[in-house]
Amino acid sequence: MSVASALLLIMGCTFLILAALGIVRMPDLYIRMSAASKALTLGVGLLALGLAIHMPDAGVITRAILLIVLFLLKAPVAAHALGRAAYLDGVPLWEATIVDEMRDRDLRTGKANGEVALAAEGQAGEDGSCTPER
Amino acid sequence: MTVIEICFGMLCLAMFLAFIRLAIGPSTPDRVVALDLLAVIAVGMIIVYSVATSLAVFLDAAIVLALVGFAGTVAFSRYIERRSGSR
Repeated sequence: MSVASALLLIMGCTFLILAALGIVRMPDLYIRMSAASKALTLGVGLLALGLAIHMPDAGVITRAILLIVLFLLKAPVAAHALGRAAYLDGVPLWEATIVDEMRDRDLRTGKANGEVALAAEGQAGEDGSCTPER
Repeated sequence: MTVIEICFGMLCLAMFLAFIRLAIGPSTPDRVVALDLLAVIAVGMIIVYSVATSLAVFLDAAIVLALVGFAGTVAFSRYIERRSGSR
């Protein structure tokens, strides 16, 4: 095994551990998903790259590229779908969150709720309570 | 200790941490995220095993597992979204 592929494998495993650590330690579902989806994409990408360097064969390289592209495509889509579903389900945000752009909007369409919502938007940054309203 | 053994140890640690979140996760989406991470770590394990044995056939299993994990996550999120709309 070459030094480059060994290094890439170790780095990939490190990033997967960081993703798992983020999922355990972060305070909030949305921050957890943010930490996990980025770190695991990089981790699996590095592992696939290490594999492609270890076995430089046309089939292996094609599959490694396919894996990397697959993860680059699937991680944001899955995180977006799950984050939206969690917000609609009323999973609370972390109490230190300061930006919640969906707070005064209609949860289904994403449009602002007219004048009342605009008036409430003015003071949204001050009170800091950002739990989704049901 | 070879690189392969170190990699397997690190992946086992990552899987253990993901299992912690799967066990304690307060809401359903938390558990879905942990399950998705478990599938991805399993893909990583398959890749490392493929390096250890120098056999490329395991990569097909890794690709299929990644696709199934993605489909599972999206299906769970549709299910959670529909459940939130009914109440």
